[in-house]
Amino acid sequence: MKDKLFKLLLFVASASVLLLTAGIVYALIGGASQAFGEYGFWEFITNSEWDPRSATEEYGALSFIVGTLFTAFFALLICLLFSLPVALFNGEYFKGTKISSVVGSIVDLLAGIPSIVYGLWGFYMLRPLTIELGINSQGFGIFTASIVLAIMIIPYASSLSSEFLSMVPNNLKEGAYSLGATRIEVIQHVSLPVAGSGIVAAYILALGRALGETMAVTMLIGNTNNIPKGLADTGNTMASIIANQFGEADGIKLSSLIAIGLLLFIITAIINFVAKLIMKHMSRA
Amino acid sequence: MKKILLFSFIVLVLGSCGKKNSLPNGNVVISGAGATFPYPFYNIVFRNYMKQNQGTAVNYGAIGSGGGIRSLRDRSVDFGASDAFLSEKELESMQAEVIHIATCMGGVVMAYKLSGVDSLRLNGDLIADIFMGNITRWNDARISQENPNINLPDLEITSVYRSDGSGTTFNFSEYLCSVSDEWNRDMGKGKALKWSAGIAAKGNPGVAGIVQQTEGAIGYIGSEYALTLKLPMAKLKNKAGNYVAATLETISSAANINLPDDMRITLTNSADPNAYPISVLTWILVYKDQQYGNRTEKDAQDLIDLLAYMLTPEGQRVAAQINFAPLSEQALMKTRKLISEIHYSGKVLSSHKLDEASLTTDSLTIN
Repeated sequence: MKDKLFKLLLFVASASVLLLTAGIVYALIGGASQAFGEYGFWEFITNSEWDPRSATEEYGALSFIVGTLFTAFFALLICLLFSLPVALFNGEYFKGTKISSVVGSIVDLLAGIPSIVYGLWGFYMLRPLTIELGINSQGFGIFTASIVLAIMIIPYASSLSSEFLSMVPNNLKEGAYSLGATRIEVIQHVSLPVAGSGIVAAYILALGRALGETMAVTMLIGNTNNIPKGLADTGNTMASIIANQFGEADGIKLSSLIAIGLLLFIITAIINFVAKLIMKHMSRA
Repeated sequence: MKKILLFSFIVLVLGSCGKKNSLPNGNVVISGAGATFPYPFYNIVFRNYMKQNQGTAVNYGAIGSGGGIRSLRDRSVDFGASDAFLSEKELESMQAEVIHIATCMGGVVMAYKLSGVDSLRLNGDLIADIFMGNITRWNDARISQENPNINLPDLEITSVYRSDGSGTTFNFSEYLCSVSDEWNRDMGKGKALKWSAGIAAKGNPGVAGIVQQTEGAIGYIGSEYALTLKLPMAKLKNKAGNYVAATLETISSAANINLPDDMRITLTNSADPNAYPISVLTWILVYKDQQYGNRTEKDAQDLIDLLAYMLTPEGQRVAAQINFAPLSEQALMKTRKLISEIHYSGKVLSSHKLDEASLTTDSLTIN
């Protein structure tokens, strides 16, 4: 009896999460239908116009899609430079030592800082540096936003990666050592390939966080509705345009913002799907 | 036990759905909704009113001008509030005749950051060209021409605008439409625009933050916010050709012109010689005939007393204390007349506050 009840409880709990997800997607599609109906799906995502003036009202998502992907992938690239060494440090070289637990918990601490604090830090500390470096004259833009994003996602990437690295079976590594492999060779040919699918998953998780980050980005990216052509350009991301313009929006503008929300959801879903494929492929190889 | 709880819950819910204007002990609730810009002023002036009139509660929801107009149309509030007067079409869409009660004034200032430049003069054309990206450096000949004795740096101009939809953007763009043909043609006016130059930030605090932190920045900010922060701001050339700094007096002066009897007027680029050119009114909207729904004569009287109180020297002084500009003499006179025209199914209602106010007008001073 108790067992059945528990099973039922589990079923209800899982089903309600599924229902909730379906409900959110349904609400997004419902809200976005006006914009997609007016402009057409492809036209909406390939149009870079964002004109809120009532006489010439026209909305397209391309600038924000480009801005989002640009900042997120550039942030991922910078993040890779720091998080992979941290992961190797903690999961391989100093595995299980006191120093690795200190480094690990400090890096994890980065994940606990609210994004508005990152935004403020970027605004007051990083922005003057960007101006100093001569990247552009006011310090806002893709570059500044990406750097802050990169720092924000380092803990997500590094702690999971080091976890997977430390899970690599010791006998494999010892086998390699006994064949005369150096430490670098062991990492290159044993640790990384074995932990590979897990590390990819860690970076996908970090990328997902970067795609959806709102507050810190909106404080630093400049919020201009154009396609950014380089690191020095200002731009806008999908999450940021929604946060900025949701309050006063109604009619087709509101629908366009919801449509952008739906697109962000789709992009995240696609990236997750691709990540699953990669992981499957890697674990088979 | 559970049933009793449920029952008492239902009783509570039903009880709270009763007649909206009266609390059980005979107290009065006046409800309003609308513009966010005058909210700080309304918040304090309503609180003061409630302190002086125990038993009266005023609820104001700062949901935006559009929401305020909709709420008044549905008659779900006793008064609406809007930063823009109703168009003829909007007036017709209302359930009955609506009148505009001006409550205070505000402006849009051009805040800038240039080290070593503590006085800057601009005109409408220059502002338009800066925000359209036609003028990109501070030492541009046209800016120097307006500022002959000032050494302007060879520095890129960073123009800062609002990333969210805003009445401030509307007032700013409306002013520029009235002074620059190019702006009128390419940019237009609206709560949100399509910009081709500069960077954007959310809200007055966002724009002010960037301007304060960025050498060479210029941004437009609501006067109530900028005056409180004491940001450096440009003197603007008004219609009469004078360079005027934004102060409470110069903003009020914009309404020292011939005003229409219904007070529906845009004051940007006012002809008064002392007027700050980007000055605006904000209004409370009420139905002229207060007998509708289940409103009693007392409800109507209470509403009129509240409106009249806001126009008393005491009420207007509150505005000035938090950097909203008080109404000019002209505007006060016209608005008081409008309040006296509010009636309850033909029965004229007057407020003793209104008489008090007109007697002591001269005592209104701004600090």
